[in-house]
Amino acid sequence: MRIGVFVCHCGSNIAGTVDCPRVVEAARGFPHVVYATDYTYLCAESGQDLIKTAIQEYSLDRVVVSSCSPKMHEETFRRAARQAGLNPYLVEMANIREQCSWIHSDKEAATRKAIDLVRKGVFKVSRDQELFPSFFKVNKDVLVIGGGIAGIQAALDAAQGGHRVTLVEKDQTIGGNMARLDKTFPTLDCSSCILTPRMVDVAVNESIELLAYHEVEEVKGYVGNFDVKIRRKATYVDWSKCTGCEECVGKCPARIYDKFNQGLGRTKAISLPFPQAVPKKVTIKKDFCHFFLKGKCRVCEKVCQFEAINFDDQDQIIERKVGAIVVATGYEAFDPIAYLEYGFGKYKDVITSLQYERMVSASGPTMGHIKRPSDGEEPKTIVFISCVGSRDRAKGRSYCSVACCMAMAKQAILTKEHIPDSTSYLFYIDIRAGGKGYEEFVDRAREEYGAQYVRGRVSKIYQKGKKLVVKGTDTLLGMPIEIEADLVVLAVGIAPPQDAPELAQKLNISYDQYGFFVESHPKLRPVETNTTGVFLAGACQAPMDIPASVAQGSAAAAKALGLLAKDELEASPIVASVEIKRCVGCFKCEAVCPFSAIQRQELRDGIMVSNVISTVCKGCGLCGVACPTGAIKVNGFTDEQILAEMEALLL
Amino acid sequence: MTIKYAYYPGCSLESLAREYNVSTRLVCQDLDIELVEIPDWNCCGAAPACQVDHMLSSALSARNLALAESFKLNVMAPCPKCFNRLKEADLEMKDNPDHLREINNLLEKPYHKGVQVKSLLQVLYQDVDRELISCRVKIPLEGLRVACYYGCMNARPADINDFQNPEDPTSMEEILAPLGAELVDYPLKTYCCGAAFGLARVDLVLRLANELLEMATLVGADVIAVACPLCQQNLDLRQLQVNARYGTRYNIPILYLTQLMGLAFGHSSKELWLDKHFVKFRKLPGATQAVSSGAR
Amino acid sequence: MRLKGQTRTVDREFVAEVESEIDTAVAACYQCGKCTADCPLSFSFDYTPNQILRLMQLGQKEMVLRSESLWYCATCYTCTIRCPKEIDIAKLMSVLLIKARQEGYVADHKIRLAQETFVNSVARYGRIFEAGLVGTYNLKSGDLFNNADIGPRLLATGKLRFLPHRIKGRREIRKIFDRLRSSRKGKR
Repeated sequence: MRIGVFVCHCGSNIAGTVDCPRVVEAARGFPHVVYATDYTYLCAESGQDLIKTAIQEYSLDRVVVSSCSPKMHEETFRRAARQAGLNPYLVEMANIREQCSWIHSDKEAATRKAIDLVRKGVFKVSRDQELFPSFFKVNKDVLVIGGGIAGIQAALDAAQGGHRVTLVEKDQTIGGNMARLDKTFPTLDCSSCILTPRMVDVAVNESIELLAYHEVEEVKGYVGNFDVKIRRKATYVDWSKCTGCEECVGKCPARIYDKFNQGLGRTKAISLPFPQAVPKKVTIKKDFCHFFLKGKCRVCEKVCQFEAINFDDQDQIIERKVGAIVVATGYEAFDPIAYLEYGFGKYKDVITSLQYERMVSASGPTMGHIKRPSDGEEPKTIVFISCVGSRDRAKGRSYCSVACCMAMAKQAILTKEHIPDSTSYLFYIDIRAGGKGYEEFVDRAREEYGAQYVRGRVSKIYQKGKKLVVKGTDTLLGMPIEIEADLVVLAVGIAPPQDAPELAQKLNISYDQYGFFVESHPKLRPVETNTTGVFLAGACQAPMDIPASVAQGSAAAAKALGLLAKDELEASPIVASVEIKRCVGCFKCEAVCPFSAIQRQELRDGIMVSNVISTVCKGCGLCGVACPTGAIKVNGFTDEQILAEMEALLL
Repeated sequence: MTIKYAYYPGCSLESLAREYNVSTRLVCQDLDIELVEIPDWNCCGAAPACQVDHMLSSALSARNLALAESFKLNVMAPCPKCFNRLKEADLEMKDNPDHLREINNLLEKPYHKGVQVKSLLQVLYQDVDRELISCRVKIPLEGLRVACYYGCMNARPADINDFQNPEDPTSMEEILAPLGAELVDYPLKTYCCGAAFGLARVDLVLRLANELLEMATLVGADVIAVACPLCQQNLDLRQLQVNARYGTRYNIPILYLTQLMGLAFGHSSKELWLDKHFVKFRKLPGATQAVSSGAR
Repeated sequence: MRLKGQTRTVDREFVAEVESEIDTAVAACYQCGKCTADCPLSFSFDYTPNQILRLMQLGQKEMVLRSESLWYCATCYTCTIRCPKEIDIAKLMSVLLIKARQEGYVADHKIRLAQETFVNSVARYGRIFEAGLVGTYNLKSGDLFNNADIGPRLLATGKLRFLPHRIKGRREIRKIFDRLRSSRKGKR
């Protein structure tokens, strides 16, 4: 055995605290080490060349690189070894930066620790064996979950890249929250006018299978080979016959909460969310339908000339196989009921910013007329309150919702356009206008549209006669201020859908304390998740406005296309494997595996044993610890290797 | 089943708020709540003691808690400031063993963390079945528009008043609903009345009392129900001072919730000391005899 | 750092002392002003609650302790329950008031007198003697006709006592005061 040791200075990052030449000197004395040297930057091309040359010149068959975390450069040095003809799994890293030089100041002690860490690497590498990756075939289809603007963008881009796309949307139409908006900042173009063409593109695209009113039920498998079960929720309407004429809607006697209009106005138990819905098909909401509740009615059935109504309809599970998944489940507006001090739910004229969008929208329940919900009168004094459900630790929402400041400025502008003799007061803590053209947009609101910005937070709203008394502060003046308002609009924050954690568990991806999905790396892998093949787009990951959501939709699609461009994918050989002879079939490994990588396998004699699906396994090693008989080992981290490391450190 | 409490009336209920004491005792009797007055109780120190010295405030409360402890009874206080002082002292001592030791060093008879403290409002809300209240009603308060005013200490802070939402408490409304009165929405129900500033800075109190009375007028209240001696005094005693200063003509009786309950339970206005208020309550429910029985 | 016109600089030690009593770092405040917005007594304040917090963030001990606001805070806790950063502002105000009194800053002598007269009444009798309290306060403050407009009518109700109720445990109460005083002296 011929081991080579390479000690990196990392400029002064390591050499500032660790005496590298001394480490080299010590390494020369370790068993099987035939060559040791140090260098300023081993990751640089010249450093890699140094390693490659040494492998060939000294016929090295094992290499220890003593530098930074394997997270940073393991890949780099393995590639260098492979180029020099060495199996890349015969390279070990000794992390003397993150785990040594960066956290110590005593040079003598740090040098001794670095020597120990290198010895550990040498002991381990001498037990390393050649490993070879396996390859598996890839399904080229893409699943997109969520049909808001981010999901639409991802679906269209993936389809354009030549893939078949299944787009699952839990509501009866795609469009998401963007379909609720009247105009969009900072250009004031009509939201529907820019969104509906995209929705139609989805509908007519032959590569996209649109499954509206469907939900993902179960996800199994792994990158390149996901098996997905999808629930088609009963619509009680045969969509192949429904033309969206809405004849039935007019006749339906059951008036219900209008989710699309955020409770502003009512809809029917059989309905279409909005005129430009895609698909333009009605559904019956069973929980409110008179026929389902009382056994009588069936008016819709009578008036439907296409005989599309089907009261016997039932949920159905369908299955799809895909290679990659884009999650774009979006957000829900924060429910301000938690702000009892603002009287939302108690005072009709305190509404949310999303309700206000519906009010301002020409297709909304008031046909675009701004009216007080209480008495239908046109408000003259309107108060906007920012950070409702954002930047509020006490309400469990510490984060900034990003889009509300701009949305509020936009709504102030629209208010002035609708009611020229109105005054808008906008309470803010900080105006966050960090986007292209955003700050200029806020300037316009202030200068051209007379938006009255007040720096402070509102503490209390109560009714006084027909007016709402708004008690706020002007912190710039250091004075409490009181406004008698006709209408109060709460700029509610962006919150993840309530069922986000449930979906995350189905997909085996992480979510944070609020329910936002967690990306692989906040800067360098922003649309990837820790489950290979599952990507994120839009506000399901973090609060995001439309431009960012669209950009992310495209980014997620690009990532999926990159992955699916290969016919076969390489599976890391550092995975668990079962020694069948020693397996007793207790399946403790199955219970602890966080990736569902353990399969039960029946042997010829009917005995059940564990089997590792190597393409799903991440090599975390939990199964190895749980196994009572030592039947499971993780390649590259065998008991023998770990014990050798401990021996190097402790003996 | 009788519920039993160690009763802490507090100083106000011995003087300016005697009618609160009297009506509390009557109503508790009607509702099978037995009150055992803590013998030789002392003042809780109210706001001034804790504004001068926090330890002093805790020690004054702790002596009362130790006295109640010897009866193995939980404490009930009708005055929300007393409740606030007693409960905060209790919670702090239960929370922090060092603090408990320091306080006990100041006392002759140590406290062993053996009681719980409740306000009268909390007891009426949590321990008394609304059905029982309904059963006791002899003269429903029909047609009487009541605004429930909690003030600060019956609503806040949240860890002391942990039995209801500090932002929109409804205990008083729920207790009074069985009486048949009409409960109006009173948006300022948890606003401050100016508390103890009446002695040194009456101007501060009058300004707040004016806001409160204006709102009560606006929502068409016949009477404001309170559960705090200071709220009652600042709105009743000082109503004429408010009228004098702001040129207003408020004439809104301020009744303790126990007085309203007492009336509905059939006690006379004299028994309930209604005649002791500055602003007289004339819109008596049911029998007209109640009006004439009001002593002058 | 020095504020314009101020001679004193930052007093971090004072800030740390106060922070340990309210169990929160004043740096948590992001100056949204919600505490001030519905403060029922802020009309009488020289510094609004968020400004008091700002002065604390800047370590301005003297400006804080001189503030009238400390004396006019009613400890109604509205600020505390509304603070998005969960700072117990009402507690902060009372901690500062005690410190102001200890260091001899009194922005309103009448309020100080009222508070002390009240506490003295407790020390003497064990309970509050209201008639005596008002009388003593009016005498000492020199404001003899304070609340005189309601006095006679109040007497007519017969609710006020003319003599104090002296509790039996007066000596216990006295001892609380004495022990506190000697322990405070011991600490200095």
